[in-house]
Amino acid sequence: MALERYTKEHEYIRVEGDIGTVGITKHAAEHLGDVVFAELPAVGRHVTQGAGAAVVESVKAASDVFAPASGEVIETNGAIVDTPALVNEDPEGRGWFFRIRLKDKSELDSLMDAAAYAKDAKGSG
Amino acid sequence: MKVISKVSEPQADLDRTPLYALHVALGAKMVAFAGYEMPLNYPTGILREHLHERAKAGLFDVSHMGQAFLIGPDHKTTAAALETLVPGNIAGLGLGRMRYTLLLNGEGGIVDDIMVTRSSSPEEDGRLFLVVNAARKAIDYAYIQARLPDGVKLQAVTDRVLFALHGPEAAAVLFRHCPKAESLWFLDATRAEFDGIECSVSRSGYTGDDGFEISAATDKAEEVVRALLQHAEVLPIGLGARDTLRLEAGLPLYGHDIDEATSPVEADLAWAIPERRRAEANFPGARRILEELAHGVRRKRVGLRPEGRTIARDGTRIHARDGRDIGIVTSGGFGPSVGGPIAMGYVATEFANEGERLELVVRGNNIVARVVALPFVPHRFRRRT
Repeated sequence: MALERYTKEHEYIRVEGDIGTVGITKHAAEHLGDVVFAELPAVGRHVTQGAGAAVVESVKAASDVFAPASGEVIETNGAIVDTPALVNEDPEGRGWFFRIRLKDKSELDSLMDAAAYAKDAKGSG
Repeated sequence: MKVISKVSEPQADLDRTPLYALHVALGAKMVAFAGYEMPLNYPTGILREHLHERAKAGLFDVSHMGQAFLIGPDHKTTAAALETLVPGNIAGLGLGRMRYTLLLNGEGGIVDDIMVTRSSSPEEDGRLFLVVNAARKAIDYAYIQARLPDGVKLQAVTDRVLFALHGPEAAAVLFRHCPKAESLWFLDATRAEFDGIECSVSRSGYTGDDGFEISAATDKAEEVVRALLQHAEVLPIGLGARDTLRLEAGLPLYGHDIDEATSPVEADLAWAIPERRRAEANFPGARRILEELAHGVRRKRVGLRPEGRTIARDGTRIHARDGRDIGIVTSGGFGPSVGGPIAMGYVATEFANEGERLELVVRGNNIVARVVALPFVPHRFRRRT
């Protein structure tokens, strides 16, 4: 069963076993506007919780995407490099960014669940 | 996700155009621009708004820009007064004609780029209509006012809105309400009636496409806008798409591609300085500019096409293939009609050649880019052949 967690910075991570799928939330994608470019980490790269791991650009601005948890990048989503609009169309589904093998699952405890995120996102911009 | 952006959320002390309520009612995302709260985009989104303008017609509120009259006893006098501040041919401006020109400072730098229109009515002889950038209007007016001779005055217009209606369907749409506009060629202007409402219309603008700029009384603004928006061909377009459109058209944006330290020659705008003015050498900074025309400039504005998909935004350093720093990007982003990243910037003149391959340093990576001729998308003005 997949576990879903969210960061204050509007990333999500969907965890199955040791593998986490990372992307930006619907809220983030709406706020961003039309996505025109995504830059993904190289497979094999180690990312650290809270540090920049990818970049997503809308027409007006570039945004850092932070790793919700630490781990090794095992797969990246070429579909959003070819078709950046996928991030707007289905940010929490086909618009995922990269997958990591989690280094330390206890890091997930510091993240929000869906209900907490929904509340937090409502309050913020 | 953290947004690294220069687009700011509006604050309380911003000005609003008369159409503010309508923008909000249409669902616009409002942002701060040049001291105004302006629509960045509507629910359509920047990409689709841009593509819609190129395919059909887009309506822009540009009421934040400065509108002013320069008023003297006759055209000869008023034109002569303006010619002390700009390098263009204003004396020779025909009735109902307009021109792009540059307010220059004593060092030959650009204070602002402006449009100047001479009325088509002989009764308005002596009046020139100026449209200036929103972010510069206070500076421009002060600059001009301090340098006017007795008998010529500057009068800011504060009771009129300004719209742009652009795109291949703009003409057909406008003529339904304003038949007189049909006779206009690129850079013509006239007084006309829009559904019986008095307005000024010019065939000009900032997208590279055919289109019109319409000035009307503030209390008629909403009526004109609603009349235009009722047509299926027309969508409201925000500043986000206005910027991507003008960038694709290779048009400079003050504060980015041109500023007080930039000369018209460096900016590739020397075409705006006709022979007579060069011969007379009677505009601010003439010595520097003529010297540059004769002996060349150290840097030039060029168009750039990054290879691949990486976007290079303004401030990006430009390197030669051997690693030397040779310039900077001054406008950059994604071109929706081009379908990829585009940029304009200044490079050392020896590299300012079409086809030259350079490197743009983006997030520590060297992205290869080619120098290309501007515009990125061909202009479609209605010119007399």
